[in-house]
Amino acid sequence: MKNVQFMEIEGRSFGYLALLGILGAIILVGLGAWYVMEHEGHYVTGMNNAVVWGTPHIFAIFLIVAASGALNVASISSVFNKTAYKPLARLSGLLAIALLAGGLMILVLDLGRPDRLIVAMTYYNFKSIFAWNIILYNGFFAIVAVYLWMMMQQSMNKYSKPVGVVAFLWRLILTTGTGSIFGFLVARQGYDAAIMAPLFIAMSFSFGLAIFLLVLMASYKWTGRPLGDAILQRLKNLLGVFVAGVLYFVLAYHLTNLYATEHHGIEAFILRDGGIYTQLFWIGQIVIGSLLPLVLFYHPSTGKNRTLVGLGALLVIIGGMIQLYVLIIGGQAYPLEIFPGKEVIESGFFDGQVAEYAPSIWEVLLGLAGVAVALIMVALAVKILRFMPTSLADEDVDPHHSA
Amino acid sequence: MSNKTYNADLSRRHFFSKAAAAAGMAVAPGVFLRQVHARPADQAATSEQRWGILIDTNKCAKGCDSCVTACMDENGWGRADASEDKSSPHQKAQWIRKVTIKDKQSGHVQSLPLMCQHCENPPCVDVCPTGASMKRADGIVLVDKHICIGCRYCMMACPYKARSFVHEDLEDQKVVAPRGKGTVESCTMCVHRVDKDGTPACVEACNADNHNAMYFGDLKDPNSEISRQLKEYGGEELRADLGLNTGVRYQGL
Repeated sequence: MKNVQFMEIEGRSFGYLALLGILGAIILVGLGAWYVMEHEGHYVTGMNNAVVWGTPHIFAIFLIVAASGALNVASISSVFNKTAYKPLARLSGLLAIALLAGGLMILVLDLGRPDRLIVAMTYYNFKSIFAWNIILYNGFFAIVAVYLWMMMQQSMNKYSKPVGVVAFLWRLILTTGTGSIFGFLVARQGYDAAIMAPLFIAMSFSFGLAIFLLVLMASYKWTGRPLGDAILQRLKNLLGVFVAGVLYFVLAYHLTNLYATEHHGIEAFILRDGGIYTQLFWIGQIVIGSLLPLVLFYHPSTGKNRTLVGLGALLVIIGGMIQLYVLIIGGQAYPLEIFPGKEVIESGFFDGQVAEYAPSIWEVLLGLAGVAVALIMVALAVKILRFMPTSLADEDVDPHHSA
Repeated sequence: MSNKTYNADLSRRHFFSKAAAAAGMAVAPGVFLRQVHARPADQAATSEQRWGILIDTNKCAKGCDSCVTACMDENGWGRADASEDKSSPHQKAQWIRKVTIKDKQSGHVQSLPLMCQHCENPPCVDVCPTGASMKRADGIVLVDKHICIGCRYCMMACPYKARSFVHEDLEDQKVVAPRGKGTVESCTMCVHRVDKDGTPACVEACNADNHNAMYFGDLKDPNSEISRQLKEYGGEELRADLGLNTGVRYQGL
């Protein structure tokens, strides 16, 4: 491999400034939406006492899960010694930090008392997986920052492998923690499953790489830097494997539930009778988010078309959001089984009924602001520091390439 | 009980405890026996007691919601808090509710009140990141409103949908039950009454209506009415499969 040259982007074009302007506007609007929610109270949102985590959590958890997955490209180069991925490692680390920051911003701003963030940082209940996650998230920022430093300062390069190993292990633990937020919920029919942890790890591989692929394609296209097919083909083939991996864990989860009579209720709800949740599961999560991307990535006629590969990555992201909607909202909407073997015929608090939830504009705007925060961080960072190789053309990254 | 009388009680109790301390045991201790029997405010709850409520569903009258309205009036939610008017019925606080259930096999219909079950191993306490969800030594599960960040993870974890999130600004709250926008709340087992040897408002109201479907008492005291009832007739937990060892038990389920 030739010596890869990293260079800041110029960042003076109209397109770049327009991108910053649009992202900045989305962030401002999102902060305005947050102000409404916090000033008025959460009655303006779609949440209620049955569906307590709504749209902001879908955005936040998606970004947090994707953050750890975005780091995989760097891990593949440092931990698994795949030199072809090395030029991408810096951008991978940057994206990981940016996505996590965006996700956490949403999570914090959706708290009932975001002004008490300092309480969350100073009072810890160590039996709570949430408390552990606060430590894991903060640690992730620190470790990935050090990892980037090791990669970006030549004299420190020799340490990038051990730090990369730590970062890789940390991100696996982090996503285990995120999945366990649901895995540890004993009371809810849709959760309370150890498979949540590996499922979330598979989801992180998939969502993170899909975002990475799109950011890579967009940034190279917009900066006019060459991006070869070899690297794209590698990434999309890998993404296909990850999409199939998620599908496998989803299949294992539902098959296990279908076997046990006690879970037939929630399974019938998600797979057959759940109305919007059933439609979202089959059409959104399975067809749009899994099967279509697999076809686009692996069919000989579409797999070499960049636009269609990009579309496949976009579908993985949309399908991932839908998957989290079904998991988070659907899992809460399904009524708690407080009286097994009995039917609730009257209740002062809607027991035994499917809970209602409709996303409010405020929640959606806050979620989009988190996405914009992640993207603007990347856009600004690549202008300030050397994250992007000047060329990812085939002959520059692949030593065995023969054009 | 109005705020004013509560404050009067409080200062009277402070006066008595101070007076008792100052006078010491040299001055006829028996005089203060009734007043100092309640645990002084500066002493922590101990695990010598475990407070519980037993509900006899056979006596719980269908259509009666005295326990619910008594709780509202005592703690200032629902009909007792006119300021919570923007939240939808799904968003409004619900510390205790009446539920009517029918057995799928036999068709047997029962009515019962449902609230925080004050578990010995409460999932809400396990998951709370800051420790705001907590269990007192005497088994009462509470939310420390000062360190609740409003993350709602406890509401995700509770098997009984016993907790509510305050969705808007509230006014005219009761001194005994401070409530705040953006924090989570639930049945306190009328801890302010229990600490003064009192009985939770729901139990009191049920007895006042002569239904006598609710017993409150110390589960650790074998001679308490609740312990004797449980020993003689048993009492079931809701979601016993979760192994939470609830402080609220039901008969006749």
